This record gives sequence, C-alpha cells and structure tokens, in this order.
Amino acid sequence: MRLALEKRDYRSTRMTVLVPIVSLLISFLLGAVVLAISNVNPLQTYGAMLKGAFGSQTKIQYTIAKTIPLLLCGLAVGIAFRLKFWNIGAEGQYVAGVIGITWVMQFWTFLPNMLLLPVGMLIGVLCGAFWGGIPGALKAQWSVDETLTTLMMNYIIIGYAEYLYINAWKAPRGNMGTVRYPEFAWLPRIWGRVHSGIYFALILVVILWFVLYKTRWGFELNMIGKNRRAAQCQGVSIKRNIILAMLVSGGIAGLAGVIDSAAVTHQLTKGVNSGYGFTGIIIAWMSGLNPFVSIVVALIMAALETGSDALQLMKLPAAMGEVMQGLILIPLLAGSIFTEYKLVTHTSHKEATV
Amino acid sequence: MNLLDFITRLLAATLAMGTSLTYATLGEVYTEKTGILNLGMEGTMLMGALAGFATAFNTGNLLLALIMAMLVGALLSLIHAFLCITMRANQVVAGLAITMFGTGLANFLGQRLGPATNNFNLTGMNIANKFSNIAIPGLSDIPIIGALFDVSLLTYALYIILPFSWFFMYKTKYGMVVRAVGENPRTAAAMGISVTKIRYLYTLIGGMFAGLGGACLSLSFIPSWNEGMTGGKGWIVIALVIFSTWNPGRVIIGTLVFGGITSLQFSLQAAGLKMVIPSQFLGFSPYLITLVVLTAMTIINQKKKGSFASPSALGVSFAIDDK
Repeated sequence: MRLALEKRDYRSTRMTVLVPIVSLLISFLLGAVVLAISNVNPLQTYGAMLKGAFGSQTKIQYTIAKTIPLLLCGLAVGIAFRLKFWNIGAEGQYVAGVIGITWVMQFWTFLPNMLLLPVGMLIGVLCGAFWGGIPGALKAQWSVDETLTTLMMNYIIIGYAEYLYINAWKAPRGNMGTVRYPEFAWLPRIWGRVHSGIYFALILVVILWFVLYKTRWGFELNMIGKNRRAAQCQGVSIKRNIILAMLVSGGIAGLAGVIDSAAVTHQLTKGVNSGYGFTGIIIAWMSGLNPFVSIVVALIMAALETGSDALQLMKLPAAMGEVMQGLILIPLLAGSIFTEYKLVTHTSHKEATV
Repeated sequence: MNLLDFITRLLAATLAMGTSLTYATLGEVYTEKTGILNLGMEGTMLMGALAGFATAFNTGNLLLALIMAMLVGALLSLIHAFLCITMRANQVVAGLAITMFGTGLANFLGQRLGPATNNFNLTGMNIANKFSNIAIPGLSDIPIIGALFDVSLLTYALYIILPFSWFFMYKTKYGMVVRAVGENPRTAAAMGISVTKIRYLYTLIGGMFAGLGGACLSLSFIPSWNEGMTGGKGWIVIALVIFSTWNPGRVIIGTLVFGGITSLQFSLQAAGLKMVIPSQFLGFSPYLITLVVLTAMTIINQKKKGSFASPSALGVSFAIDDK
C-alpha cells in the first residue's frame, strides 16, 4: 500500500478553511520547540507576547494602529495575486506613497491648510500606483518577469528615499529625516493611538470585497488568475487588466504608506521601509486573498510585532516575532496542496506519483 | 596616492566584497538551472553568517564553522525544496517564507548563542581566528593584478570553483542532466531522469553555497555578528543570477561589477575624494541596472530566440500525472 496525491475535481471548501487554522496552530507549536531548544520557556514567552499585544488599553491601541498599514498592504498584494501577478513590491510602493505625501507636505505650501492633507494623500496614492504600474506595464507589454522587477524596484525606491531623508530633503537640524508635517495636516487620532486611518482600511475592505466578488471586473480578474486562456477566449483583455490591477495594488500599498506617515511618523525618515509590504504577502496568502479574512490575519501579524517589542523589555529574545511571522507561512504552504489534491492510498502496484 | 595604487586597492576591496556574492550567486544559478527559484537567499545567507560565526566563537575552529554554515544553508533550502517540489507550493511565496524565517531565526539565535556575560548576545563578540589575506610572495607585488594574489583562502578557492562550475555545467553529463531538468522536465523524466531527485539535490547545493557566502561575511575582514548583517545582499544575488544569464562562467562578471560599485564608494571616501554621485545612488544602482538588463534581455529574447533566456521550467512545479 502506498500513499499518493490525486487531484480533486473541485477545490475543497472544508480544507480551504481548515488548512490555515491548523497551520497557525502547528507554527505556534514549532515556535515553542524553537524556544524550548534555545532554553527559553515557551509558555512564559507566548504569555509575555500576548500581554505585550493585548495586555492593556494602550497596548491594544498600539496593536490596532499597526494593523492598519499591514491590512492595507495585505489587500494591495491580494489584488495582484488574484491574477497570479506576483507583486512582491508592496514594500516599495508603500515607500513611494510616503515620498509622495512628504513631497506635498514640504513643497506645496501654497495650498490652503485644509487641502494639504487630502492633496498629499492623493499624490502619495498616485506615486504608489505609478511605482506599481511600471512592473505592470513591463509585464503586459513585454512579459518581463514581475517577481524580479517588483523586487528590484523595492530597493531602488528605498535607496532613493534614503537619499531624500539624508541629503536632499533633510531637515536643517539633526542628521536625518525631513521636517515634520504641519500639525494641522496630521490624520486625527480617534482612540488613543488608533487613528482615523482605520476608516480608510475598513471601508476599503468592504469596497474590495464587493468589487472582487460582485462585479464583472472582479470576475475577470479571477478568470485571468484561474485560466488565462479561457479568459482570453472570452474577450477579456489581459494586458489592460494586469496594468489596471497593478495600478490599484500599488495605489493601495501607497495609501498604507500615506496613512502611516500622516498619522504616526509625520515625516520621511529612517525606518520607512518597515517591512509592512513583505508582511502583506503573508497576510494576503494566509487570508486566501479574502479581504474580510485579511483583517483577522493582519491583526495576528500586528500582535506578533507589538508582542515581540514587549519581549525586549523582559530581556527575552525579541526576534521571536520575526521567527513566528516566517514560521506561520511554512505549514500553510505545505498544507495548501490538500485544498486541490487529496491523499489516496493505492493497494495495487499502480504507478506512484512523484 | 597615485592612480595605480588606487586601482589596486579598489580591486582588492572588490574581490573581498565580491567573494560572498559569488558563492551565493553560484549556488542560486545551480538551483535555478533545475527550475527551482529560491528567493530564500537573503535568509539563508544570514543563517550561514550566524552559524559560521557562532561555531567559530564557541569552538575556535574555522573549518568547522564553514561546514556548519553550509549544513545550515542546506537545511534551510531543504525546507524550500520540500515545499516547492514535494508539496508543489508556490515558489515565490515559499522563498519569501524561507527568507523571513531564516532572517528571524538568525537574529533570534544571535540573541541566544552568545555568552551569559553578554546576556547570551553574540553581537559585539570577537573571535580569535579569521580568514585573513594570504599574499603570494612575488606575484602579489605586481601592480593591479597583484591584488588577485593577496586574498583570503575563501577567494582563492573560487579561482578553482568558478572554472570548474562552468565546465561541469556545459561539458559534463551531469551538467546536461541539470539543464534538461530545468528546460524540459517532462522530456527529462521520459529519459529516465528523476526530476524530483535532481531538483532536491541542486536546491540543497544552492543552499550550501549561500550558507558559505554568508559565512564569508562573518568570518573575514572584521569577523563579527550583527543582526541583519547581510543587508539585502541575498536580493542582489537574485539580480546577479539574471545578470549572469544563468551561466556559472559569467557569474564573476556581475559580482566584479557590483562588488566594484560598492567598494568604489568606500575607496573614494578613503582617498578623500568628494563624491559626484550621492552614495545612495550607487547603492541602488545594481538593482536599477538589473531592471534595465532584465527588460532588455526579455525584449531581445522575444524578437529572436537568444541565449539569454531563463530556464524554461523556472518556477513551475512538476508532477508526472499533471494534465
């Protein structure tokens, strides 16, 4: 008797729900093993992380504030992934957004005070869209591999941002970072650390869910992702949709950067490449590209980050949060096969699959 | 300082900088040649750097340090191979997972494997031994070329490994098998080659080289461990593979150019010269150049089937029973 994989006729709904949840549990178990081997008490560490993320009102606020950009990045990546466009450039598109809004805040002082924030946000989003649109256009026009172009473009814009906050746009005082945005142009806070960016994120979740599941465009994106040739036969323009999806994807990643800088950092400075764009990939993948599920996953990721900040104070290894973020994906990737394949046992001497 | 001196020093710095990149790039070329894209290089290199340094710190044995770095690199890429080959997971996402996990784990272990006096932290620790430069008497005194003969053992080893890799890939039966698996796995399987086995093997070899590349960083120059010390070198490696057009013989060109760009900043600063271009522009130029080269190569390939193409089956999982 031997085990083999057999392709399912339909994607299993039960498995689609079950696999991410089981994967999450497995990754926490594996994390506990890592901790135990390196002589740290796993229960104590997880307890400290949980307390660090949700232990008090302020901590909950910090975690929610971190969820906002993460959720937006997850949504951004998810749109591109829907048509199997591997956008791993959300990080760069995020930075492009921050550069855009900072540019407006620094140099568009002729604008009336009221308009500074909305115009800044708009320009930031456009910058993100532009930075995402380039690899989209390259792919659509000449099928240049998007994984590599989006990856390269991250490091180009991060280097450029560094040039801006160290050289060109550096504030007169200090050795890095731009002048802070004027206070009237900050995104207001609504509950302690939680700022009004949360409205943008949640409204976008609803809009995206509607667009992706209820409109013709969403249907077209899905079709391209599932079966490119069939989509073409139906007269769906693949080129146009790739560019469009990447403009939207880049724009949303840009929005994440815009919101975080207008509400939290108030300037362009070191740390602008926060890794949110990369974490967004985990969020998109774990949520099965579903906007509503992304909220939960983004919250877990944010909790891992704020939780590991708390570890540092207790002299426990703070890098555990990073370990967990990477670890979460591994069982999920291994388990995803069961949504499309099923395990069968062969008793005869049938040719075994590889 | 005269110009000849300056060039010699620049070349020396380039070789030192390029050694780590060359090992890792060579590894990734091997992996990609069989059709597996491993974006986990950044994490694998960092784990290699950590494993190498931690071993050298705790045992003082440099050879053991290199072996541990290679072993750890192989183990990490074993996860990648398992996910991509056996579980047919998406290679892009799997590679990113490896990088995130590897980076996190290396930083985590760096906070655990140090001495108790330093709160178990490895950062800031020194080791007694390192791979220092060994000058070959006579040869190393020649201007410019002399720099080639005043390098560490890790670099000398490359003088043998690089030509051998090219020979292996294009002139031996084993190399042909590798290329067949990456170009057309179905045909390769029909010829009786085990695609799975070959892909596993070369993904592991790629990881070993990446681990070695990481160890080069933590065991030569000023041997040390710092969190995230690879600083994006693993991503440059992905770029360099494209730049080499998947040919092990051409790997050296890319690493020299990019190693040169990086060392140029430092050499100019050391020589007290004012930079015309901001250093950040030099910093991201490798990525910009790769972007342009990649686009150009793709366009040329479409116009006429050139020799620039990536392995046809790169990034595609393979199973005999797939329809």
